[in-house]
Amino acid sequence: MPKRTDIQSVLVIGSGPIVIGQAAEFDYSGTQACRVLKSEGLRVILVNSNPATIMTDPEIADATYVEPITPEFVEKIIAKERPDALLPTLGGQTALNTAISMHEQGVLDKYGVELIGANVEAINKGEDRDLFKEVVEEVRKKIGHGESARSYICHSMDDVMKGVEELGGYPVVVRPSFTMGGAGSGFAHNEEELRRIAGQGLTLSPTTEVLLEESILGWKEYELELMRDKNDNVVVVCSIENFDPMGVHTGDSITVAPAMTLTDREYQILRDVGIAIIREVGVDTGGCNIQFAVNPVDGRVIVIEMNPRVSRSSALASKATGFPIAKIAARLAVGYTLDEIPNDITEKTPASFEPTLDYVVVKVPRFAFEKFPAADATLTTTMKSVGEAMAIGRNFTEAMQKALRSTEKKGSSFTFTGDPGDKAELLAKAQIPTDGRINTVMQAIRAGATPQEVFDATKIDPWFVDQLFLIKEIADEIAAADKLGPEILAEAKRHGFSDAQIAGIRELREDVVREVRHALGVRPVYKTVDTCAAEFAAKTPYFYSSYDEETEVAPREKPAVIILGSGPNRIGQGIEFDYSCVHASFALSDAGYETVMVNCNPETVSTDYDTSDRLYFEPLTLEDVLEIVHAEQAAGPVAGVVVQLGGQTPLGLAQALKDNGVPIVGTSPEAIDLAEERGAFGRVLTEAGLPAPKYGTAFSYDDAKKIAAEIGYPVMVRPSYVLGGRGMEIVYDEPSLGEYLERHAGLIDQHPVLIDRFLDDAIEIDVDALYDGQELYLGGVMEHIEEAGIHSGDSACALPPITLGGFDIKRLRASTEAIAKGVGVRGLINIQFAMAGDILYVLEANPRASRTVPFTSKATAVPLAKAAARISLGATIAELRAEGMLPKTGDGGTLPMDAPISVKEAVMPWSRFRDMQGRGVDTVLGPEMRSTGEVMGIDSVFGTAYAKSQAGAYGALPTKGRAFVSVANRDKRAMIFPARELVQHGFELLATSGTAEVLKRNGINATVVRKQSEGEGPNGEKTIVQLIHDGEVDLIVNTPYGTGGRLDGYDIRTAAVARSVPCLTTVQALAAAVQGIEAMSRGEVGVRSLQEHAEHLTAARD
Amino acid sequence: MTTSTRGTEKVPAVLVLEDGRSFRGRAYGAVGETFGEAVFSTGMTGYQETLTDPSYHRQVVVMTAPHIGNTGVNDEDPESKKIWVSGYVVRDPARVPSNWRSVRTLDDELAAQGVVGISGVDTRALTRHLRERGAMRVGIFSGEALPDEGTLLEKVRQAPEMKGANLSAEVATQETYVVPAIGTKKFTVAAIDLGIKGMTPHRMAERGIEVHVLPATATIEDVYAVDPDGVFFSNGPGDPATADHPVALMQGVLERKTPLFGICFGNQILGRALGFGTFKLKYGHRGINQPVQDRVTGKVEVTAHNHGFAVDAPLDKVSDTPYGRAEVSHVCLNDNVVEGLQLLDQPAFSVQYHPEAAAGPHDAAYLFDRFVSLMEGQRA
Repeated sequence: MPKRTDIQSVLVIGSGPIVIGQAAEFDYSGTQACRVLKSEGLRVILVNSNPATIMTDPEIADATYVEPITPEFVEKIIAKERPDALLPTLGGQTALNTAISMHEQGVLDKYGVELIGANVEAINKGEDRDLFKEVVEEVRKKIGHGESARSYICHSMDDVMKGVEELGGYPVVVRPSFTMGGAGSGFAHNEEELRRIAGQGLTLSPTTEVLLEESILGWKEYELELMRDKNDNVVVVCSIENFDPMGVHTGDSITVAPAMTLTDREYQILRDVGIAIIREVGVDTGGCNIQFAVNPVDGRVIVIEMNPRVSRSSALASKATGFPIAKIAARLAVGYTLDEIPNDITEKTPASFEPTLDYVVVKVPRFAFEKFPAADATLTTTMKSVGEAMAIGRNFTEAMQKALRSTEKKGSSFTFTGDPGDKAELLAKAQIPTDGRINTVMQAIRAGATPQEVFDATKIDPWFVDQLFLIKEIADEIAAADKLGPEILAEAKRHGFSDAQIAGIRELREDVVREVRHALGVRPVYKTVDTCAAEFAAKTPYFYSSYDEETEVAPREKPAVIILGSGPNRIGQGIEFDYSCVHASFALSDAGYETVMVNCNPETVSTDYDTSDRLYFEPLTLEDVLEIVHAEQAAGPVAGVVVQLGGQTPLGLAQALKDNGVPIVGTSPEAIDLAEERGAFGRVLTEAGLPAPKYGTAFSYDDAKKIAAEIGYPVMVRPSYVLGGRGMEIVYDEPSLGEYLERHAGLIDQHPVLIDRFLDDAIEIDVDALYDGQELYLGGVMEHIEEAGIHSGDSACALPPITLGGFDIKRLRASTEAIAKGVGVRGLINIQFAMAGDILYVLEANPRASRTVPFTSKATAVPLAKAAARISLGATIAELRAEGMLPKTGDGGTLPMDAPISVKEAVMPWSRFRDMQGRGVDTVLGPEMRSTGEVMGIDSVFGTAYAKSQAGAYGALPTKGRAFVSVANRDKRAMIFPARELVQHGFELLATSGTAEVLKRNGINATVVRKQSEGEGPNGEKTIVQLIHDGEVDLIVNTPYGTGGRLDGYDIRTAAVARSVPCLTTVQALAAAVQGIEAMSRGEVGVRSLQEHAEHLTAARD
Repeated sequence: MTTSTRGTEKVPAVLVLEDGRSFRGRAYGAVGETFGEAVFSTGMTGYQETLTDPSYHRQVVVMTAPHIGNTGVNDEDPESKKIWVSGYVVRDPARVPSNWRSVRTLDDELAAQGVVGISGVDTRALTRHLRERGAMRVGIFSGEALPDEGTLLEKVRQAPEMKGANLSAEVATQETYVVPAIGTKKFTVAAIDLGIKGMTPHRMAERGIEVHVLPATATIEDVYAVDPDGVFFSNGPGDPATADHPVALMQGVLERKTPLFGICFGNQILGRALGFGTFKLKYGHRGINQPVQDRVTGKVEVTAHNHGFAVDAPLDKVSDTPYGRAEVSHVCLNDNVVEGLQLLDQPAFSVQYHPEAAAGPHDAAYLFDRFVSLMEGQRA
């Protein structure tokens, strides 16, 4: 049965900003879905507030709405576009929840929109724990297998206490209903922990519901990815086994595909249960994910949960198998059946089969605990990782070692040198799951632990434990070998050892090992991910390396461009860089090159085999990239390697690649170094006559003290060569400087510390520009809303700049051009300026694609990354203007007066983290970047655009109610006007005594509330924190004061996060929010697609 | 948990294909030499079932899944009393098995049963070779069999070919045995053992069938001596073109219109009994992920396959046969190979694949119910 003819247009809901638990994988799935639907001739309407996505590129959908994903805004879009159907299963929990809420409000009925890909009943059955338990029970009755963990549903703390008794005591698992990525869940070992976790969970759950469950800690954990079509054909796409046993969220676990330690009988039981569940739940068409726990002692199978939608695991499963779940889900949703859909990879066989793997896939999560030093780093059932790397090998050891080095974290690869430490201590440490536990286990093995001891400590399956022993034994053989002969090298490589690891063991240099290896002819071959274990010929060049016999890289004629991706997502290097890489691939393919993508991040669009002509799913290390370049040079001509689009990861490889004779296109490695090295960059600025804040580079504490004193406090300190402001702080006096250096002990030895003058009250400006050696194209100028000193990645910003005039732009343009020229940029450059008084300071320049490229591109309707890729390969700006890729005249600095205003807002992961005592982590912004994602609000005026950005990021700003105001002394003056505005809009102001006094003197009434430190009043007057927890505060303005680690207002801000009350921590944000509130109170906030905005802009340009 | 010592011995081994390509690796299982038809199996689970499936008699099985032996060997999962493959090719054998049912390692089991294997070869390259050139003869040599490398290819080329091989009798039971019905007995079935897998009578027994498993040499009198409600023809090794006795036996059953069900080799026998030909596939279907469509309902089953030969019957029409009209009931969606036959005028059907699974998905288990309903229909 072919596709349905009664659907002409479909609304697809994306997943919004990147947050922990809901990341780039939904851009991958959403992009696939939109493309498929469009190719089926449907009008595709898309809503997603995240500009850094490929799916929101104007060519992916017919009408792209970068608007908040809230029922209110989505209804506006439906009213305007009147789609026939809504596909809610590809945008994660956000899309699903929005769709359900619109269904419940009757919006879908009102406009006659059919929900496709899922029905409400099925979603509820899959997501509601009570209903799902019934499903599992029903399945058990039918097929005799599968059960739920014994559990108890609670709606109050009394229920919770009763539940523990019913379950026979601690430990118990707490799971709030309807939260994303397992937010708010955890293990409770005693009453205190239970009260805390369950209390939080009851608050987080939109239905005020938590589930208490018997503990199945230490059991084996599995996942199945299933798909079903309307004819009830069901296939299991992939089985995944968790290396970390039950107790760690699957997003935080090392996972392995296919399952490694199940017999066929046991696997078929999981399969039968999975299929019975998808039928019982009633997922009509599309994918779902089911998680199981298996008791290692007797095989008892417990069904943990299901996601009746495309999930993070489905993206992983798609990349692991070559079976594109989202793409197929989209086809199924419009009426096709599995047997009617061809398998992309073989082209000849249908999608109604189950992929079989002749390789092993390992996924390793990447964490960012270093950004949240106060947060508890123990891994639990709440997901905390911010990204992941995946690797493919012909065996587990190879895949595991490749995955570990793909995470690009210092110490992530196994080391076999030095003293491993004390066995007992290591084993004790390994008992608690944390980031890097596998490395602790390896050290324990080195320290003499037996397999049994490792198993007893960790409950990691004995087969996996033996594989770690195997790796260790190979390391011993490498160490013991007389010389690095071909046999030992081949054996080491077969088990995934990198040249660097071998070098470490043999006390050689990495390049020496590589030279020996090449001389001996020990090189990898590239195998194909083909869904069928070579049973059929593969048409899609999706490769991974292996030290095996036969390579499958085919010769080619066209010159190839190799694009290096950005590796695992992390704070400071996320989806924005993948966006630029994907654009480069598209643009260069159009320009006649064969594009070759290298990346190891399974969440991304760049690792979709559809994106580039060839895909190498490989770690982004020098060794791995050199081997790919070698393989591609053997296959045909290579025009060059693009390093400037994938962020710091490829940039860091540039010089070494060039030193190894690899042609780097675009900005040269020397130029990159010129911009990154402070002294050299300073000379560029001096030559161009541009002021930079006073700075110095310190190589010791004494240096640092001297330099800081010279510059004058406050100063900004940071280690050199970092991304995302890692370790960057504002230091107000000498003792704090000492503390800073102490906290970052060791840092100063490896990398000198940069000390800058901190520009108080400066306006920060970001510029993205293209330079071809002759001409500058100013891509866009962004004015930050928060003052300088808050990391640009965490700051909201507006484009076009809302307070800068023509003269300022002229100065910015001249400075940008001087720097681009002085550095020698060929492609993109991002420069941060600060305007203090009337002086324009240059803060830093990055000769690469920046985090803001997607935002700038969307705000100005110009594909900057595509243009940059072309310039890298020799095109000029003039040529690109003539081609139409860039506007014929003008640029991002000369936007028409009525150009829309775009506001970017950062999204912070505060709610994910708790400190050791279980308290929230502080939410104050600083020079170190901590946001995971961003949203864009676009409208004709700033206030509305800002309000949209807030609605997209955190939920709508309130237009009435109670606002609590408490600001630092330095902000009190600036607070008065916006506070007055709030009152005029009908807000009741609450304030602590100091702030209230200032307000009253200015004729603004404010109710004094008690500080947390004052405690409850004699007549039961609540403190502000209690009021927030009781839901009696609608807006919080709290700017921090003090300089210590514990800033005042901590309790207020963490309470705000817990209760999801909008919390503004700078007075500038308050001013912007007031404009937003005003715009919203005026009513009629409209929606407009990017295509309409672009049309408007283009018309105005012509 | 102890580490297998054999793994660290690193006894060299060589695999030689009849077209001259060879692969080097290490001995796995028994050390020595062995010959057979090289075929690849793509199942990621179920090596124990595969090894003990009599249909693999005289075949050297290449496992495309790299890790084999992870769950060790237990006493419940074998499909027959012994390992039938003549040789075993894997990439990364497990050193330590891990499963609560495991009682020994696979390595030890292979060695104990004298099965010569090889590990550490590029199984994907070998699979691609077999896919492009077709299944062919192969030899594995290790230990004392190895030094004489010059003559290995000659030895391989002297080994017997699969085409024209009549192997059922070599693998089938010599004596009739009975698998009792589980619960109340409802039917009696005479099952002709051409290389039957243990799970097949078990699936019937689960449905209240008492299964009399008869030797491949059974006569029509032997069959009807058990007073069967239905007759079953099993899977098994070899070229169906040589299976004249089973074909004649089946024709006797068809003449009596007794409900009939065949699996795999049994499907090919039905094909021949109806007058269709059989042919050797280039490299066969061996795996547990094959999409088969039921041509009546349009539904797709994911099924277990192990066949190197197939029935040559027209897909586009109903055929007239001596036993009435026949049609192709199931087809493999990968390559349109005939996967099932059914008679429209009398109760007989067969499938080329394995509804008993083991290893493999249970999607096609309904076929045993269909057999039961045929027998019920006959009684009514």
